[in-house]
Amino acid sequence: MAKIIVVTSGKGGVGKTTSSAAIGTGIALKGHKTVIIDFDVGLRNLDLIMGCERRVVYDFVNVINKEATLSQTLIKDKRTKGLFILPASQTRDKDALTIEGVQEVLEELSKEFDYIICDSPAGIEKGAQMALYFADAAIVVTNPEVSSVRDSDRILGILQSKSKRAEEGKEPIEEHLLLTRYHPERVALGEMLSVSDVEDILAIPLLGVIPESEAVLKASNQGTPVILETESEAGLAYTDAVDRLMGEEKPLRFLEVQKKGFIKRLLGG
Amino acid sequence: MTDSGFQLKGSVVTTILLEIRSFSLEGIVTQLEKKIAQVPNFFNQAPIIIDLSKMKRGIRIEDFEALITAISTLGLSVIGWRCDPDSLPVWHAQVSIALLPASKARAINMAPVTSAEVSPDVVVKTVVEEKLIPQATKVITKPIRSGQQVYAEGDLIVLTQVSAGAEVLADGNIHVYGALRGRALAGVKGDTEARIFCKSMEAELVSIAGNFMLSDALQKIVWKDSAQVYLADEQLEVVPL
Repeated sequence: MAKIIVVTSGKGGVGKTTSSAAIGTGIALKGHKTVIIDFDVGLRNLDLIMGCERRVVYDFVNVINKEATLSQTLIKDKRTKGLFILPASQTRDKDALTIEGVQEVLEELSKEFDYIICDSPAGIEKGAQMALYFADAAIVVTNPEVSSVRDSDRILGILQSKSKRAEEGKEPIEEHLLLTRYHPERVALGEMLSVSDVEDILAIPLLGVIPESEAVLKASNQGTPVILETESEAGLAYTDAVDRLMGEEKPLRFLEVQKKGFIKRLLGG
Repeated sequence: MTDSGFQLKGSVVTTILLEIRSFSLEGIVTQLEKKIAQVPNFFNQAPIIIDLSKMKRGIRIEDFEALITAISTLGLSVIGWRCDPDSLPVWHAQVSIALLPASKARAINMAPVTSAEVSPDVVVKTVVEEKLIPQATKVITKPIRSGQQVYAEGDLIVLTQVSAGAEVLADGNIHVYGALRGRALAGVKGDTEARIFCKSMEAELVSIAGNFMLSDALQKIVWKDSAQVYLADEQLEVVPL
């Protein structure tokens, strides 16, 4: 049985797809067969971040409607062994997803994969609810600002009340907080919420803190999951987060304001 | 003594009283709809009594029956009506729901039973218990998240936090053993003795029996500290614990 992990947030633009791509790749790098599903039907993005947009033939909705088989539709990642992508449909909308259809696809994927990452669309409507319904674990992606934190809180409520596990009274979904776009300088200036502020409001265990980094935008535009950028702080922070997800203890990094060196200051860098 | 399959007991139940001051079917329905929209869970199938004792003018039976139907359509359950006994309408016996005694006249007068009428081998014992039935306390162990609403018919105990944008309601007291960041409404059915206790007061709104205070005012009294809220002379008091 595969472990189903939903990457969700409520709010848009906080880094769900970037995080899904990075974490999915990270898990596959550890030798677990992994598939990332793009649930954002109508606003397909994951294929771009993963750099496989030119290889999309069939999509998730085709599989649900039995117009294509899973093996025809799954895209094998060229860089990482054991990593597959199930792209969303760009021409349909969220109504194309049905609980039964999604369940059937997840059950079939479960036979073959160790981990299924569900990249949720923004919002709390049907698409987001479909993405989280069958989850065993949730990674709640949050930016250190009040509206993102409020929306994450809302989605945590939905995870507890509208998921399959909640409806069947089973053990609740495992919750992980992933704080992205963290800017230590702005936190020090009081312009952003700190890690402890967010932890205090959401009261769920912290999986990782990803610093704001130019490497993320660059990697996205190149179609490379940022976790493969082992020179960047964001890439390393994602690697730490995957290690923690797998149960390892890792200290948090990149939370302090970096002191600028004398030369850098001279040059105004 | 007796081997009957039941026991007759009296009990007092808190209900909602709809006090009609002037009759306008449309006006009442619109106002009620608004109230219900605020706390739909609270009003769902809630028992309600229509009180006509504050009405200055009389009302026709057709209008009264129409009012009962309209209220039932809104999802409330009309269990009875009340009227000033001195101005009882002529049609009072034709109404389909029970006519309840006016609020001050607690008991309906009954002719005393003389001992001669009681046959010696049957002992009729009338026990009228007039006390509130204690409602079970609801205990919540998980955080109440933004957008969630929890309602307890008795007391409500939350062992963790109530997030901003969440709402907790109780007929009785509310205890929050964490930060209270959302809205807390105690004594929603009018219990002025109800109180709110919390470990860290950061609420958007606190209310007891309809008397409320917003965070702006709370911040000036107790903020991010343990506090209790209660009603004294219809005035909301917030004090540190």
